[in-house]
Amino acid sequence: MATNTAMKKQTGLTGNSAIAIAMKQINPDVCPAYPITPSTAIIEDFSSYVADGDVDTELITVESEHSAMSACIGAAAAGARVMTATSSQGLALMWEMLYIASGMRLPIVITNVNRALSAPINIHCDHSDSMGARDAGWVQLYSETVQEAYDNLIMAVRIAENEKVLLPVMVCLDGFITSHAIENITLLDKAEVQSFIGEYKPERSLLDIDHPSTFGAMTLQDAYMTFKHQQSEAMTRAKDVVSSVSAEFAKKFGRNYGLIDAYRLEDAEIAIVILNSAAGTTKVVVDELRKQGKKAGMLRLRLFRPLPHKEIADALKNCKAVAVLDRADSMNDFGGPLFNEVRSALYDGETRPKVISRIYGLGGRDYKIKDATDVFDELSAAVKTGKTDTLTKYITL
Amino acid sequence: MSEGTVAKKQKLSVPFDYDKYLRPKKLPHIWCPGCGHGIVLKALLRAIEASGLNKDDICMVSGIGCSSRTPGYVDFNTMHSLHGRAFAFATGIKFAKPNMKVIVITGDGDALAIGGNHFIHTCRRNIDLTVLVYTNAIYGMTGGQYSPTTPLGDIATTSRYGNIEPPFDACKMAEAAGASFVARGTAYHTLELEKTILEAIKHKGTSVVDIIDACPTYYGRMNKYKSATHMMEVIEKDGTVSVKQADKLPPEKLEGKLLRGVLYKTDRPEYCEQYATQVMGKATGK
Ligand SMILES: Cc1ncc(C[n+]2csc(CCOP(=O)(O)OP(=O)(O)O)c2C)c(N)n1
Ligand code: SF4
Repeated sequence: MATNTAMKKQTGLTGNSAIAIAMKQINPDVCPAYPITPSTAIIEDFSSYVADGDVDTELITVESEHSAMSACIGAAAAGARVMTATSSQGLALMWEMLYIASGMRLPIVITNVNRALSAPINIHCDHSDSMGARDAGWVQLYSETVQEAYDNLIMAVRIAENEKVLLPVMVCLDGFITSHAIENITLLDKAEVQSFIGEYKPERSLLDIDHPSTFGAMTLQDAYMTFKHQQSEAMTRAKDVVSSVSAEFAKKFGRNYGLIDAYRLEDAEIAIVILNSAAGTTKVVVDELRKQGKKAGMLRLRLFRPLPHKEIADALKNCKAVAVLDRADSMNDFGGPLFNEVRSALYDGETRPKVISRIYGLGGRDYKIKDATDVFDELSAAVKTGKTDTLTKYITL
Repeated sequence: MSEGTVAKKQKLSVPFDYDKYLRPKKLPHIWCPGCGHGIVLKALLRAIEASGLNKDDICMVSGIGCSSRTPGYVDFNTMHSLHGRAFAFATGIKFAKPNMKVIVITGDGDALAIGGNHFIHTCRRNIDLTVLVYTNAIYGMTGGQYSPTTPLGDIATTSRYGNIEPPFDACKMAEAAGASFVARGTAYHTLELEKTILEAIKHKGTSVVDIIDACPTYYGRMNKYKSATHMMEVIEKDGTVSVKQADKLPPEKLEGKLLRGVLYKTDRPEYCEQYATQVMGKATGK
């Protein structure tokens, strides 16, 4: 059945159009939105679906992302299934509310089309926006391709609304590279999507007047920490839920996603760890190096929040040298955010590889075959000499 | 004005050195053919020249949008800030350097939607900023979503069946919030606009100039205007009346029209001065 589905509906779509179609098929109750490049086209397409009566969604075009996320929270607390999309400064302006959404345990699902943060202003891809929100209590899924972004968004609804989770989910894809490039993609039927996500029955909501509830009430030393502890445990549980939802998705639709994408890592001695679209380029280089007999591999994290730290440690356990490539800098003189977490995940391993941080592709700077090759060369040298050049470095400069 | 050659030609026919105020390496600009933003820039540069201000004493601050790209092209102290926040950045600059002439360039979306709160509080404080709101009734930069000045019933990518949100009148809002100089101009009435901007620059206190200009690419096309000039004629020329003429016209002739010229002007204590005398003066016992 899976192959039939695949053959039937292959088409070429941009990431933004695919996300908009996923939203159409999900048919959320409410979508508050404010436009920002490069995610604008998602809401543009979606507003046509609203105008054409293809969805029942109430599209609220508010006056800023601050209002957009606030309205998401209000609608979600009222019991609605809520979605929106944003990028960069838009996500940054939502920051205050991101914590409200997760703290109130509201299963809001948003798409973040990754774009650099100002200043200086730049509209192209990097991950500083979603990395800035990494401690906001949102589940974060990263997508290599248009197909994965589409699939992730559909799965995100199930993950967010799972009673063991009840946390907001952010699906990330690379601005312009994935959002604007046309790729082959297999769409599901609306009915398939609907049956997969099921009906949303909020456990508690403001509109459930038989069971009055309050959201966000003052808690001090007596209870605040208990709430945070519960939230933290929900985040821990989210990992297994992402796994089980992904497994169910694979069974139904034939597309299999793990928490991580371990590419030719079984016997790899050197590896690059990376997020999103740059994995494609890296895989090409891995294949090339393998042809030359070099034991290269790649690890791409699909799930970044919660961090699949055991899986990361396991996937990289045979490596001697690893480069973690960040498309964002923590500006801490100690490497990017992904680097610090991956390196920490490796700390308890029996044999710890050398791990270096390389910052690449900020503000849309291209990451090319040669860049990945150079990093692998560095790693090979490190394996030979037992020494690394510098711990942290900018590449693609 | 987008190309160096055009600027040179203008220099031959008009005794005005635009190059003096431009950053030639940053040209050509991004604005579409027919966009009103370039015309407004021309009026602004001429008003600055007429004001006699030294260009190094001017700081131009903008938010984000097509209009807000202006500071990139001009050779003043410039800051391209965040969507909606130009007022707050400008307030900081003015506070630190009260002698600097701080000019805020902002779009109707930038100033009245995402930045609406900063807009009213700037006016309320009456801090000495010259604020130019480029009102083209649309979010140009992001591809034609309706803005807080899109007329009722008009089409945008976000209002396929016509806008149902009543628009703001930026001038009424500025006056109500406390700005001590409020005016309106259009890109069509270029010379008049130049004079209005000059007056705004000279005024001490928050001076707001609401400038009606055209976005033919999005607002124009979606609302069936035939061309940029058609938009200018219908919206800017026929859609407005000068305050000077308005007194002489019967009410029915004014219906649906926006007033142009200086709409409100008063003397009110300016914020930085108040702070220097009322707060710092007392705090330091001087
Ligand atoms: C926080 C944030 N949200 C959204 C955007 C995207 N954005 C850039 S310009 C713009 C609207 C611009 O409209 P307006 O201010 O009317 O200026 P115009 O382009 O029409 O001159 C938007 C929504 C942004 N830059 N920052
Ligand atoms: S999109 Fe509209 S506002 Fe922006 S430059 Fe073009 S015409 Fe001007």
